[in-house]
Amino acid sequence: MKPPPFAYHAPTDLDEAVALLGALGDGAKVLAGGQSLVPLLNMRLVAPSALVDIGRVDGLDTVAVESGSVRFGARVTHERLRRDGAVAAAQPLLGRALDHVAHAVIRNRGTSVGSIVHADPAAELPAVLALLDGALEVVGPSGPRRVGARELVLGPLESDVRAGEIAVAARVPVAPPRTGSAFVELARRHGDYAIAGVGVVVTLDADRRPVSARAACIGVGTATEVLDLAPALDGVTVQDPDAVGLGAVVEAVRDFVRPDADVHASAEYRRHLAGVLAGRAVRAALADAIARMEEGR
Amino acid sequence: MSEVLHEVRVVVNGVPASARVEARRLLSDFLRHDLGLTGTHVGCEHGVCGACTVLLDGAPVRACLTLAVAVDGHELTTIEGLAASDGTLHPIQRAFQDHHGLQCGFCTPGFVLTAAGFLADEPSPDTEAIREAMSGNLCRCTGYAGILAAVAQASEELAASGADPRARHRPERGEAGEGPR
Repeated sequence: MKPPPFAYHAPTDLDEAVALLGALGDGAKVLAGGQSLVPLLNMRLVAPSALVDIGRVDGLDTVAVESGSVRFGARVTHERLRRDGAVAAAQPLLGRALDHVAHAVIRNRGTSVGSIVHADPAAELPAVLALLDGALEVVGPSGPRRVGARELVLGPLESDVRAGEIAVAARVPVAPPRTGSAFVELARRHGDYAIAGVGVVVTLDADRRPVSARAACIGVGTATEVLDLAPALDGVTVQDPDAVGLGAVVEAVRDFVRPDADVHASAEYRRHLAGVLAGRAVRAALADAIARMEEGR
Repeated sequence: MSEVLHEVRVVVNGVPASARVEARRLLSDFLRHDLGLTGTHVGCEHGVCGACTVLLDGAPVRACLTLAVAVDGHELTTIEGLAASDGTLHPIQRAFQDHHGLQCGFCTPGFVLTAAGFLADEPSPDTEAIREAMSGNLCRCTGYAGILAAVAQASEELAASGADPRARHRPERGEAGEGPR
């Protein structure tokens, strides 16, 4: 339960960090908040030859709402992003998903960009990035590169951040007008990885008809795939979100997911649960869209 | 292969301290083995149990998920930094005693520091907020009812006194001597 030996570098400059990673070769890993990497080290599931700690690199600790997007740097912790008022106003889904990420003590140190790069199929943030069609900014030996959220995750715990590259920030669009969102999940204890979770974004037209609706699900095998829910809400006009029939939504989500069984839940239960959670998430997102419309947003 | 040692300088409980350690030294082991501050307990060593929780620059973190080298230059508060210098218990510690919030005491330092960070952030929490804030720490003997009651009592006392819950306790006159018996 102690990490294996590794060389340690703590550069303060991004170019220096990229150069170090390049020089150290394939055995080197980037360390940010360490809330996923250090447990893996402690359990000796990984044994990097070197760590490049980006915790002192200038310029990676910023959060900005700029030119239609929310951008957060690689040193920004979950808790800081969750509490940022400007972020909550611009893209409320981030905070709603972050409410479910681990416990406060872990959120104090874990970074949101780190969670995206780690690409755990039960983690909230990779799904949120995909749902919002966001992107990751990476810098490597050949310069900066943008990786779209939907191309980012190659498989469980595998993202398209290549050897020698550092993820420096993530970016998601601000919520368009008349848009509501929700993130709901069921975990055995709040803060644990979810048995299943569903994030939803819905945009209404001025007559309160859904013009777009999307869902992403966690813990049920679909990782960062995004389901188009617009067909399931076709013909709906939202006067009272509680009165909207959601049978087609529930069915669409149950068809979409590919859950596995584990010690916590059977595949069949997870599929059932994903449908139930999707219904709740769509209802909450519709109510949110209407509340925002009534606030003039 | 002999491992490279790194100088790690920190301020722990207001006092500068340093040691030369391997890069893989966990903050929990740095506090216990290198600085001799054995009040920080090590339970699961993968971030689940919360026993090793300490304050890093005033915010609670898992010492077992933090490398000592990564906190060079930072400030830490451990369980040794809360009671008054004459031994009078900090209001959170005394509340745990009052409400039977501990039995074997193994998990207690982590609970107390989690509570200290939480109450600094949210001075007048409701029961649900306390439950949520404490939910990342495990206790395997006394149960949680006494712990939650202790945090509730401490929140009222600390809010009334205006003291920073993360600071070393400064007893009122007449309170001294009510410490560990």
